[in-house]
Amino acid sequence: MSAEAGGTSPRVPLDRADVRVRHEAGLAGSLRGFVARVRAGDLGALPVVVGLVLISAVFQSLNPVFLSSNNLVNLLFDSATTGIIALGIVLVLMVGEIDLSVGSVSGFASALVGVLWVNQGWPAAAAILVALAAGGACGAVYALLFNRLGMPSFVSTLAGLLSVLGLQLFLLGATGSINLPYESALVDFGQTLVMPHALAYALALLAGAGLALSGQREALRRREAGLSAAPLAGICLRAGLLAAVLVLVVWYLNLDRGVPWMFALFVALVMAVDYALRRTRWGRAMAAVGGNREAARRAGIDVRRITASAFVLCSTFAALGGVLSAARLASASQQAGTGDVNLNAIAAAVIGGTSLFGGRGSAYAALLGILVIQAIASGLTLLDLSSALRYMITGGVLAVAVIVDSLARRSRVSHGRA
Amino acid sequence: MMQSAKTQTAKRQIVETQTASDPVRPGELLLSLRGVSKQFGAVSALTGIDLDIHAGEVVALVGDNGAGKSTLVKILSGVHRPTGGTLSFRGREVSLGGPGDALELGIATVFQDLALCENLDVVANIYLGQERNPWRLDEVAMELRAWTLLTELSARIPSVREAVASLSGGQRQTVAIARALLLDPKIILLDEPTAALGVAQTAEVLNLIERVRERGLGVVMISHNMEDVRAVADRIAVLRLGRNNGIFYPDASNQELVGAITGASDNVVTRRAARRARQDPAQQDTTQGATP
Repeated sequence: MSAEAGGTSPRVPLDRADVRVRHEAGLAGSLRGFVARVRAGDLGALPVVVGLVLISAVFQSLNPVFLSSNNLVNLLFDSATTGIIALGIVLVLMVGEIDLSVGSVSGFASALVGVLWVNQGWPAAAAILVALAAGGACGAVYALLFNRLGMPSFVSTLAGLLSVLGLQLFLLGATGSINLPYESALVDFGQTLVMPHALAYALALLAGAGLALSGQREALRRREAGLSAAPLAGICLRAGLLAAVLVLVVWYLNLDRGVPWMFALFVALVMAVDYALRRTRWGRAMAAVGGNREAARRAGIDVRRITASAFVLCSTFAALGGVLSAARLASASQQAGTGDVNLNAIAAAVIGGTSLFGGRGSAYAALLGILVIQAIASGLTLLDLSSALRYMITGGVLAVAVIVDSLARRSRVSHGRA
Repeated sequence: MMQSAKTQTAKRQIVETQTASDPVRPGELLLSLRGVSKQFGAVSALTGIDLDIHAGEVVALVGDNGAGKSTLVKILSGVHRPTGGTLSFRGREVSLGGPGDALELGIATVFQDLALCENLDVVANIYLGQERNPWRLDEVAMELRAWTLLTELSARIPSVREAVASLSGGQRQTVAIARALLLDPKIILLDEPTAALGVAQTAEVLNLIERVRERGLGVVMISHNMEDVRAVADRIAVLRLGRNNGIFYPDASNQELVGAITGASDNVVTRRAARRARQDPAQQDTTQGATP
């Protein structure tokens, strides 16, 4: 099968007709292609994987609790909240803008849920919906300022950071913190709810099967259309590898409590955003606006609406992250969303490989980036280091991530890649 | 007035266009500008421009740097809005609120700076804003059509899945032209289409312009290369300092053209040509109408 795709078939695929281009065929070929891409600065997820391995090795040697199932489950619970905020950041970075107020918006949303649900006695679902809508409204204001008044998002969201924080403090009033009822479903979701073990295994296997099936269908369609396609063996190998890794992870987490539902929600959102960015017209427009705003406008794309959608989605995700972090802490307090939440979310998106310069990034950046950030946070907490040291180390990691991004970008340019 | 090229019978069906409410008749007046002007602050980039573009005709727009050629193209493509004057498309006065409006009418443009997104691959650039299946992009069909378009242009593109950033200037230009052809436009505006192309590709683009004309589309082409202009243009409109400076025909001498472009010549020649052009349209339409 792979031999046929390698070019022995009588009909040369349409996209392989150019004799000057060397095309890698088969498994060894894909491996060579990968190495060449990395050398050219198209790093993909590589820095994150290397970073995670390094971080795990260091912290595990310093404190053997780090890689225990129990700690990893906790890590996933913590990752979900900031991860969802980082997912929003990926979207604004895609269009080449920034939202510095996500921390405040998340804190404001948690305060809103606390006030409406606990103090005013609203149903929880209604309070959450209002909080999400309020988040979306913040994004809509930024979009309006940006589109109509030409206010740089850097400044408008900086102003938003302060004003929304003010709103949060105003809502919480003199008491400063509202405890959410422990026996409620929301707090359960944020603190204890995990997937049934069998379901987690099934989903892990399903992911592999899905990848194999969709990959094979795509390859089949391409061959029918006379285009080159990936060899079946490669598709199956990748799918098998993914399933194996996921099953291993699930097994290890299941030794303790299991896979948190909150993390599953985060992953589901990541997958949905990934699909939207890669396979819809909206996603194409997002990348186009981030890559070349004027070109996107001339192609007939409504650039303002696309930018607005990025801001609104980002703030809505920030609000959702805030609600979930309130659930995680079982309280809505003045501290929620302050401190390093902002920075962690932005850092996660950048570490995961979203370019600060717009037009490059993927939803999985949020997932990978937040794992790195939370791993560092968790490791430092286990070592019982002072917050002074923790801030310095996290800042250093962010600096390294941005340096890697800039160097890779330079290398891509010199190797003739975007 | 040698209009031999235009009297060729258009073999292909012109009626394939999809957005058309009714098919374009050969020689139909597609786009006409009257007194169009554009000001950027204190600068009058364009003053009182009149221009007609008929179906099945190639109008070359020539002029020195700063004559307003690119500004005119940007007005026609909806990028800039004119400060004064009227635009009529097929007899109906239109106002282009944005590039989307122009595309919808059937005015496609290849910009001088190409307006490509370097971070996207060739297929994405060709289909930008026009993707098939907005909720589940049909990558295979789009890639196939992209290859077809590029092959028609005899493009030398190694892979349509590479980002445009990795392509050379000529390759990018081909991609931009392929994009303009994607929608089966009625008028195609080409701002310096051959500037970055090699010998074979320039010939290919000129062939293409002729093919497009045969299909009954109107073509507006900006170029500094008088040879190219004379090779394909049916009329040559000269702009000078943002004003009409005469309409010429391919049989005009280089001296006449250069004179009109630079303003160095005795202007009797240009006035004469302008007078001829004014008397012409009626005559032109009858010749065009006679062809099947």
